[in-house]
Amino acid sequence: MRPFRLLSLVLALALPLAAAAQQITVSAAASLTDAFKEIGPRFEAAKAGATVRFNFAASGVLLQQIGQGAPVDVFASADQETMTRGVDQKLIDADTRRDFAANVLVLIAPAHGGPELRSLADLGRPEVRRIALGKIETVPVGRYTKQSLEAANLWTPLQPKFVQADSVRQVLDYVARGEVEAGFVYRTDAAIMGGKVKVALTAGGHTPVTYPVAVVSESRQKALAKEFAEYLQSPAAQDVLARYGFAKP
Amino acid sequence: MNTTNALIASTDWSPLALSLKVAAVATVLALIAGVALGWVFARKKFFGASVLEAVFMLPLVLPPTVIGYAILVAAGRRSPLGAWLREHLDYTIIFSWHGAVVASAVVALPLVLKSASAAFSGVDRSLEAAASTLRQSPLSVFLRVTLPLAWPGILAGTLLAFARAMGEFGASLMVAGSIPKQTQTLSMAIYDAVQAGHDDLALLLVVVTSLLSITVLVLSSRFFSLR
Repeated sequence: MRPFRLLSLVLALALPLAAAAQQITVSAAASLTDAFKEIGPRFEAAKAGATVRFNFAASGVLLQQIGQGAPVDVFASADQETMTRGVDQKLIDADTRRDFAANVLVLIAPAHGGPELRSLADLGRPEVRRIALGKIETVPVGRYTKQSLEAANLWTPLQPKFVQADSVRQVLDYVARGEVEAGFVYRTDAAIMGGKVKVALTAGGHTPVTYPVAVVSESRQKALAKEFAEYLQSPAAQDVLARYGFAKP
Repeated sequence: MNTTNALIASTDWSPLALSLKVAAVATVLALIAGVALGWVFARKKFFGASVLEAVFMLPLVLPPTVIGYAILVAAGRRSPLGAWLREHLDYTIIFSWHGAVVASAVVALPLVLKSASAAFSGVDRSLEAAASTLRQSPLSVFLRVTLPLAWPGILAGTLLAFARAMGEFGASLMVAGSIPKQTQTLSMAIYDAVQAGHDDLALLLVVVTSLLSITVLVLSSRFFSLR
């Protein structure tokens, strides 16, 4: 009996190691949170033995983590600029880069008691005290917002009202709690908090919101990482993305 | 050296000024509340005193996110207090530096409270009794006998509280946000600099914060040894 016990103990201890050998970490833009949490198990089901871990944050923060040596295998960004920066810094395998989704920038207000906003210029009205947007340097939605407001010549005059958030989801949270009167998020984020926020308008004047995915240069699971990146183009994954309101790139 | 000088020259120092302002106001609030509560807990015995004291000490051990969430729930737009303030006084602490003051005062309070309570307990009661026989009112006894005797301990705790308030980050970020030149304190500026990859700026701000904190801690230990 003894040797068996020992053997089973060794096997039990070794099991996590075997599993870890098939595990990848995916760093994905905060706006992808809900869709990716659903795509993850589907990928695992389609690929026996594979485990996917997710790390969600603002794209700029994720790239910063990768640059500092975080053990990440796949990077999905909410804009081309961040991904290009990663390619330039040789952190990303440029050959594996593919666009897999698109999104729309919208202006939202709290559903109850929020101001009626018919145009971007309405943001200048006195009852709009605070406007939440992503941090320009690290959060893609902040940069899209800046482009949009600059195109409307509103960036400078509205500046005193800005509250910069750590990710698009924090902007969403600020508006949903009613702590700010307006905020800029993606259409897919607004849909998640449908009961608490209302979409006032679709903001134009910015570069198209497209999501690239790529394998990280330092990945130790490149084959599996590449499979996950390609899986995002599959009908099964595209179905999930479409259900959350993402468009095709 | 030249690059360091250029960095220092190009750095926005408003977070430093704001941190000092927030910590100073928060420390004054914590001092007033801490001395009052410390005296109560040192001198008055009543049912539930130790539980109540533990409640005031909680911010010392709770995660800052809990403090931040509690303040949002208590004073946010959807709370009765927040709604009332907004409607009648057109005022809110959310996304204003006052929010950072409230958060810092809450986390700094336990440090003043504990040292004040200990200092009051150490005051010789017979001296107070002697003052009372000299027809001094209770308030006068407190101001002319108790407080001067307890003062070094209270001051040491207050300096600790100031250092703690300077270091406040999590709760302040949740309540006041990180708005450049308005609510962005030193700790938030460091966080933003690290996130954006401005490591040299982060390092500079870290050095400044550390020097300030060391100064305050050295002063604090001087006062503790005075007792």
